[in-house]
Amino acid sequence: MERVMMKGNEALAEGAIRAGCRYFFGYPITPQNEIPEYMARRLPEVGGVFLQAESEVSAINMVYGAGGAGGRVLTSSSSPGISLKQEGISYIAGAQVPCVIVNVARGGPGLGGLNPSQSDYFQATKGGGHGDYRLLVYAPGNAQEMVDLIGLAFDKAEEYRNPVMILSDAIMGQMMEPVALPAMRTETTEKPWATTGKQGRSKPNIINSLGLVGEDLERINIELQAKYARLAAAEVRYETDGTGEADLIVVAYGTSSRVVRSAINRLRQEGKKVGLFRPITLWPFPKEALASLAAEGKRFLVVEMSAGQLVEDVILAVNDRAKVSFFGKLNGTVPTVREVYDRILSSLPEGGEG
Amino acid sequence: MTHEMVCAGFGGQGVMLIGQLLAYGGMLEGKEVTWFPSYGPEMRGGTANCSVVISDQPVGSPIVAEPDGLIAMNGPSLMRFKGVVKPGGVIVYNASLIEELPEQPAGVRLFAVATNELAQEIGNDKVGNMVALGAFLGLSKVVGLASVEAALEKVLPERRHHLIPLNISALRRGWALTEG
Repeated sequence: MERVMMKGNEALAEGAIRAGCRYFFGYPITPQNEIPEYMARRLPEVGGVFLQAESEVSAINMVYGAGGAGGRVLTSSSSPGISLKQEGISYIAGAQVPCVIVNVARGGPGLGGLNPSQSDYFQATKGGGHGDYRLLVYAPGNAQEMVDLIGLAFDKAEEYRNPVMILSDAIMGQMMEPVALPAMRTETTEKPWATTGKQGRSKPNIINSLGLVGEDLERINIELQAKYARLAAAEVRYETDGTGEADLIVVAYGTSSRVVRSAINRLRQEGKKVGLFRPITLWPFPKEALASLAAEGKRFLVVEMSAGQLVEDVILAVNDRAKVSFFGKLNGTVPTVREVYDRILSSLPEGGEG
Repeated sequence: MTHEMVCAGFGGQGVMLIGQLLAYGGMLEGKEVTWFPSYGPEMRGGTANCSVVISDQPVGSPIVAEPDGLIAMNGPSLMRFKGVVKPGGVIVYNASLIEELPEQPAGVRLFAVATNELAQEIGNDKVGNMVALGAFLGLSKVVGLASVEAALEKVLPERRHHLIPLNISALRRGWALTEG
């Protein structure tokens, strides 16, 4: 298949269009502006709607409406903007409306900076908004996965009637890489629940997240938890590279996983046995795969661009069966290959003489 | 084999473009490539740079900290990056703006190109970046000249395609400096 060079943000946007996305609502913020810019140009060409809202809060509620009416709808933002959207995301999760939300993360807290960061991991995977809800969260590791995972995200959002998040970061968004684009998809899913008019039915479809009577809300939550259990059982994705024979397994996603890969390649040339475990779904987290590697007696090192968020899930997954060390870079800095190389070397058993 | 390069200069000198041409040329040769720009609250007239990686394997980090190739189009860029170029590496610098010959880093080949004057000879002072890139290709052989020429059609927007022959002349002029 022919490959073209695209920025991660543009690859994601074109991937969304080809997956049948026809509605985009958003508000500008660096470093994700290439997504709305691309959608503004491209959506009218395919008969879609691009709308720049007056705020992130408006945009996410437009997503709620368009998704409720059965549209394939996307919004994107970066960390502070994603925080503003959290109320809407909770409502969308409660109302079981499919949509895709992209976070091209930057450093925080607060307004923070424009540099890449992975400090929104907790927000993406543990809630962010109020209530017992879950998002399916994908973390692309290259431009091709931007295309592939955004397509999958729309399918899974509709299959489970649940919001799906793509957690990217500034480097993933700004970097150009070769991508092979899929053909434009035209098929649509049946959405008998969507608010598209009664169309001869006796009862109207209603989309809301309200459960005022206690038993109603309990029933809704039981239904949601059953759905999340199905999701957790079926949708885990991860990549392993050399974990079988490794003395040490480095766990990293997104940009961190790229730096780790360079460091591991250097170490392997020196005869060291180091593996990479890269979660592709951050929720559901690939805890069983990590648990069985821990049972084999592996050691782990978690590398992330945060003060330590992913590492908590790794510790929970291995549950005292393995040693887990941590290397985090705080907001705005990306670990260098040399830093990660040194840290892996000092984490190897017998001080690195593997 | 993995080649890691940095292209740096003032905003407007076309350093992002030559970085993209390198990456696209590498891709056309079937390699794995990345291009990563400096971005953010950049100052108008300030320096811009991009990292390019070309490899036979999937590329790890797209950020190049220790390049084996550097194209420096202005003095601040040369000062910033010349110390991190690996031994055995190549630096092409813009002698039109960098008059004083910088100290030669150990084991690194330093190659001066008077990009502005050469570009004017070709007939358009905007193609100095292409002269520098041509010289870099001639010295480093990272990507074939023909692949970069083919990449012009992919990287330049269609309304600029009439300028492709001019850009090819500039690339070849730079390449010729390194022959013989």
